[in-house]
Formats: sequence, structure tokens, C-alpha cells
Amino acid sequence: MNIDISVDEVVEELSTDLERYLNDKGISNPGIVGIHTGGVWVAERLHQKLNTQMPLGSLNISFYRDDFTRIGLHPRVTPSELPFEIEGQHIVLVDDVIMSGRTIRAALNELFDYGRPASVTLVVLVSLEGRELPVQPDLSGVHLPRTDGMRIKLEGPEPLQLISKQPSR
Amino acid sequence: MENEQKNIQLNSHGQLCHFLSIDGLDREMLTEILDTADSFIKVGERSVKNVPLLRGRTVTNLFFEPSTRTRTTFELAAKRLSADVLNLDINTSATSKGESLLDTLRNLEAMGSDLFVVRHADSGAAHFIAEQVTPNVAVVNAGDGRHAHPTQAMLDMLTIRRHRGEFENLRIAIVGDILHSRVARSQLTALNMLGAGEVRVIAPGTLLPSNLDAFDVKIHNRLSEGLKDVDVVIMLRLQRERMKGALIPSEREFYQTYGLTSETVAYAKPDAIVMHPGPINRGVEIASSVADGSQSLILNQVSYGIAVRMAILSMCASGQTRTAGSQE
Repeated sequence: MNIDISVDEVVEELSTDLERYLNDKGISNPGIVGIHTGGVWVAERLHQKLNTQMPLGSLNISFYRDDFTRIGLHPRVTPSELPFEIEGQHIVLVDDVIMSGRTIRAALNELFDYGRPASVTLVVLVSLEGRELPVQPDLSGVHLPRTDGMRIKLEGPEPLQLISKQPSR
Repeated sequence: MENEQKNIQLNSHGQLCHFLSIDGLDREMLTEILDTADSFIKVGERSVKNVPLLRGRTVTNLFFEPSTRTRTTFELAAKRLSADVLNLDINTSATSKGESLLDTLRNLEAMGSDLFVVRHADSGAAHFIAEQVTPNVAVVNAGDGRHAHPTQAMLDMLTIRRHRGEFENLRIAIVGDILHSRVARSQLTALNMLGAGEVRVIAPGTLLPSNLDAFDVKIHNRLSEGLKDVDVVIMLRLQRERMKGALIPSEREFYQTYGLTSETVAYAKPDAIVMHPGPINRGVEIASSVADGSQSLILNQVSYGIAVRMAILSMCASGQTRTAGSQE
């Protein structure tokens, strides 16, 4: 089911918020890293709007998931692409939806395998209730409550559209 | 019964849970293994090459037969998946086979091993172990007798696919000691399953097995004919240690007739790739100028071997856990 939210508008606001946030922190030229696949789409747009010299990075956390033994391995894993040094770099980590926080945990683990970033700012399009880990975004576009085990997914890349799914039982 | 034998490699969801031979798998599964291995190659290019997929698991390398490349690449593959690795080189000469194998196995299971990588001189040894292990324990065949060496075949398939693309359009020749080669048997099965355009074997009659009609393969006795218009040349090691009696006149003569040299490699396409499972016998089946030349992918094969073994170990581990889940 489509969710009646204009993703473009939310991303627009998010980029303004992010610019202000980074200014306040005194961070210039952050490395923007999106998490596959929805996070990369959002990161691409933030990257365009933000004035940063750094190329866009992407992370695929398939090899870092904590549920690998339950759900198995996805055979075609688009590899992570971090075209800049992570060591000492300010990173903006971008995902489409945060719920349990496990994806972000896995992403941070993978990020640290490349180096020790100066800082990591977490930006998400949607913050959904249901955290299972102490991981909170620094900036989020919209907050949504979670009813009846609902899941939210970003579809894209053009246009970007949020959809909700009820678990099939 | 036959069916049961085939399916021991797959769990109830059709996922890989043991890897014993190419037989009994299908094209889709082989492609899934190659795709997964491709993903792991990218991981191997990072500065930190480890991923945490098998953290907390124990992989035991159970080698009843000597090996350098296979054992070390399995060890590296397991370590890059963050598993704990136990290496056992077992001399079988003093013990009676069936019993000692089971005893060894029970002991290792008691130590909590989750995956066994097995090499054994007897055909069917890995299959035998897979039937005996407790549920949730995976067995991977690292070469059994003259029967199969499926991870080698899969790394060869990965090498071909990465350097020459899809199999349908390719002409592939396997040259040399086909008779004693478990690698050749696994390669032929895999190439047929993946739909290779044309598969040839080139060898003297004495080094050809009698069961080749089970494969879609063309037999050549002359290198000049067999290599004509070939895209991929796979050389095999002359296995003197397995030869009983005089199957070839001399190594020197074999080299003159079947050796891959700068002259004979020219029978194949100019951009043909040259592969060899190793260890190579320089001057017996291949000349140094070819083994170290620009067409040779022999060392690439070793690197791809790590990625293929990472794929197979992680897929088997995942398949075993899901079997357990479905029984609950």
C-alpha cells in the first residue's frame, strides 16, 4: 500500500536540516554513504543537494547481517563502494527506514572494517517504531508509529515512493 | 535410494547443506555458487578481507591425503568468514579405514565442529561422512579418490566465466591425464550442466576413462586437432603416482605429443585462456613460457579458489541451520 507522503519534499527538508546540522558541528566535506538499496537512493539526492567534494559511497551489509543463518545469503551482493578514505573522515550514513536498528549496527561494523571515521552522522528518511538496539538517527524525515507489525519500504529509484506492508499470516 | 543419495546435498528448502559433488545439483545452484563467489571476490579486494558470517563456527579441515593449495585456500576461506579453523592431516596407513574414520569423526564432533572439509584417497569418503554426521553439521568434499573435486571444478568455472563470459558460446578443451583426474570428472559435469558450447578432451587412449560417453564431450587424440578454435585450454597434471603400469612411454614423449608449449598453444584461438588446477609439472604437461605467459590464469585460479570456497562454506552453513529450523 502506498503511503501518502511526498518523498521528494521530505528529502528536500532533510537536506536543509542536514546542512544546518553539519554547519553547527563544524563539519565540511563529509563523505556521504548510503546503505543498499533504498539508502543509496536517498543518499544520491542528499549528495546532489549538499555541496560536498567527496564522491558518493555505498554499503552493502549482506555479509554483516546477524540473521544470515536464518534467512540465508543473497547470492548477488552488489559490493560496497567506498571511493574515499574512511580513516579520519566525517561520514553521513544514510538509510531509507530505521526500525530495529540492526541494519545500522551491521553498517557501522562494516564501516569500521575500512577505517576509523572521525564521526558518523545517521540520517534516515523514515524512523519507524520498533527499536531493538540503542541506535537512534541524528536526523529523520518522518516519524511513523508501527501498527500490527507493519513494515515500510522505499521503492525507486524513480520516482521514490514509500509503501507499507502488513506481515502475511 | 538413488534419489536419496542425490538429495543429501540439499535441505528440505532445496538449499545447499553439503557440497559433495556436482552431480545431483542443477544449473541454477551452480550459478548461485558462482554469483555468491563473485561477491566474495570484491571482499577480497578490501584492506580488511574478513566478514563475520561464520563467527563462532568451527571449520575442520580433515585431510587424509596431502594437499597444499586446496587445504590452505579452504583455511583462508574459513578464516575470512571469521570461523575458527582446525587443520588435521591424518595418516591413514596405520588404521583400518571405516572404523578410524568414524572414530575420528565422533571425536571432532564432540569438539563442536560445524563444518568438515574432507579430502580422502577413497572415492565416496566425503559422501560416507555426510551420511554419518549429526544433523546441523555440513560436509564439503575437497577431493575423494578418483571420484570428484567439486570445489576445484567450481573455481575453474568461475575463472572461465569471469574471463570469457557465458558458457554457451565457448569451446573448452581439457588436456592430459583424464583417467586419473577427479578434477576432470567434476569439470565435465559442471561444464555440461552450465551448458558449455563445446567440450573436448584431448589425451592418448591409455589416459582416457571408459565412462566418457556419460558426458557430452568430443574426444581428440591429437593436440593440433583438439585445440583448434578453442577459447579455454585446461591442462591437467600427469599423475604418475596413481599410474599402475606403463600408460605412457615416457614423460619426455608425453610432453612432445601433449605438452602445451608456445608452439602448441597457438593451435587454440589467439586470445584463448590457459588454466591448470596445479600443482604444475613444468616440462611434463606445460612449458614454463606458457604457464608464466600472458594467457595463463593459473594464479588467478588460486585467488578465485578462496572466493568459491567462501561461497560454498557459507551457503552450506546457512543451509544446515535452515534444515534445523524447519524441523522444529
